[in-house]
Amino acid sequence: MLGIIIGVASVITMLAIGQGSKKSIQSQIAEMGSNIIMIHPGNMEKGGVRQEASSMQTLKLEDYKSLCDQCKYLAASSPVVNSSGQLIYGANNYPSTIYGVSPEYLNIRQLTVQSGDTFTDQDIHSSSKVCIIGKTIVDNLFPGGEDPVGKVIRFNKIPFKIIGVLKSKGYNSMGMDQDDVILSPYTTVQKRILAITYLQEIYCSALTENMTDKATDEIGKILRHNHKLKDTDQDDFDIRSQKELSTMLSSTTDLMTVLLACIAGISLVVGGIGIMNIMYVSVTERTREIGLRMSVGARGIDILSQFLIEAILISITGGIIGVILGVGASFGVKLIAKWPIYIQPWSVFLSFGVCTITGIFFGWYPAKKAADLDPIEAIRYE
Amino acid sequence: MNSKPIIELDNIKRKFIVGEETVLALRGVSFSINEGEFVTIMGTSGSGKSTLLNLLGCLDTPTSGEYFLDGVKVREMGKAERAVLRNRKIGFVFQSYNLLPKTTAIENVELPLMYNASVSAAVRKEKAIQSLIKVGLGDRLMHKSNQMSGGQMQRVAIARALVNDPVIILADEATGNLDSRTSYEILILFQQLHAAGRTIIFVTHNPEIAQYSSRNIVLRDGHIVDDKVNNNILSAKEALDALPIEKD
Repeated sequence: MLGIIIGVASVITMLAIGQGSKKSIQSQIAEMGSNIIMIHPGNMEKGGVRQEASSMQTLKLEDYKSLCDQCKYLAASSPVVNSSGQLIYGANNYPSTIYGVSPEYLNIRQLTVQSGDTFTDQDIHSSSKVCIIGKTIVDNLFPGGEDPVGKVIRFNKIPFKIIGVLKSKGYNSMGMDQDDVILSPYTTVQKRILAITYLQEIYCSALTENMTDKATDEIGKILRHNHKLKDTDQDDFDIRSQKELSTMLSSTTDLMTVLLACIAGISLVVGGIGIMNIMYVSVTERTREIGLRMSVGARGIDILSQFLIEAILISITGGIIGVILGVGASFGVKLIAKWPIYIQPWSVFLSFGVCTITGIFFGWYPAKKAADLDPIEAIRYE
Repeated sequence: MNSKPIIELDNIKRKFIVGEETVLALRGVSFSINEGEFVTIMGTSGSGKSTLLNLLGCLDTPTSGEYFLDGVKVREMGKAERAVLRNRKIGFVFQSYNLLPKTTAIENVELPLMYNASVSAAVRKEKAIQSLIKVGLGDRLMHKSNQMSGGQMQRVAIARALVNDPVIILADEATGNLDSRTSYEILILFQQLHAAGRTIIFVTHNPEIAQYSSRNIVLRDGHIVDDKVNNNILSAKEALDALPIEKD
């Protein structure tokens, strides 16, 4: 029983630690934006002259809305319009670019608000002059360390009320300052700054990294349908995803999966052998008892069913206690060592199943051997 | 005394094949035992007495010859059938008691009845208690087997052999592990059972014990060399009473 408890518990704990590490590595890479899909208007030829992409006005709000409604593989999407200008607060000013987005943009870019709030759908409806700013801007406009939330800054000449400050993300791998950012409802930027109705970009995030390709295909189909393009026409938009990042992510994930399989395999084998020995020895020790039971009239089948039931009871009780202990130990590790822990249902079932079946088999097999002996031999067994 | 034969052996032979060699453990043994006899079977080691005991106890079947236990032909029975036969008709007492460890006296005695589906739990317990009272352990019903002395354990084993009301009690060196005082106590118990009409077969290599039985069969090299009725049965009780004086 103890053997099964320890076997099951250790396998579960090992797998929980392994899966936790895998998940935390995965999420760290994902935080870099591996599932981001960016849609730009495409560069088209007009009278033989290839036009600059940003001058195109082919992406519309309807495109964004149909992507939201129809695309199954997207977790979030946000329109993006931007405008450069000077930010002014009191005596300080700073040049930056204001991004008009929807609240989902924060999820897509993995941004979090440190203090204050994000803007709401209501703000988007009413084109409210509110904004969320990054740390670089806070440092430049509020060098005295005062709380920026609730203050009103001006972008060019338009006043914006600061409703939130983003948590600092630092520089990205390309050396770009991710904190030099000011976000505002896209309707506000469209109507009050740029006076346009089209969108400059659409940012989306796929549900998972490996769905990025499927999502890209689907977005292509939806946009072609929306733009009424014939089969022979070129795309009038351009979809980009973070290929490099997602390749890295999937190769890391594969590596972790192999590692995890090794851990699981080894711990299952070790646990299984432990259980095997314990059950084997404890039943073999009872050979004399089996001989006695047979000599007082137990048939082979009586002995086998008794030991099978015992083995099943011990294995299952031990397995259940092991699961509880293993889950408990995993959370213990999480609490004390602060390791990332993740318990997947299949790892619980796997360890429970393998250990229980090993326990039952090696409880039953020596009993069968003993029951096949002549009772008198079994009784004299030392 | 009733002379109905309980056991009839007719030219029993038993061969064992050990590697290339064939060992003849029993080379034609014939005898019958009537109800109410207390028979000791004696012989040195290798005389075939263990083989004979296994055959009598339906733990083994003869290579040739016929064995009738209480009128039932044993030779043609399968393993499971013999198990049921043992359960109903035979009570075993072993040299090393063979009680279940960490189990109470009652539970040990109940064991044979566990394999008899027609006995209910309440009846089983009642029979076990009666059986324990018969062997003089009425005050130790709930003692665990590891809390008892050798003599007490052997009494529990005898109670276990009695509980299914067998036609025959087979004892294999039942006093072999006990000191002489306790041995006599156990022999007294056997003599009491004999007096109550039980049929007992006691296998031993100790010639002293033959003096307390009603009949003695001696085996050598697979043959019966001696089979005589003991007309002068000694009383084990007297021997026990005599014992302390000898020791002093």
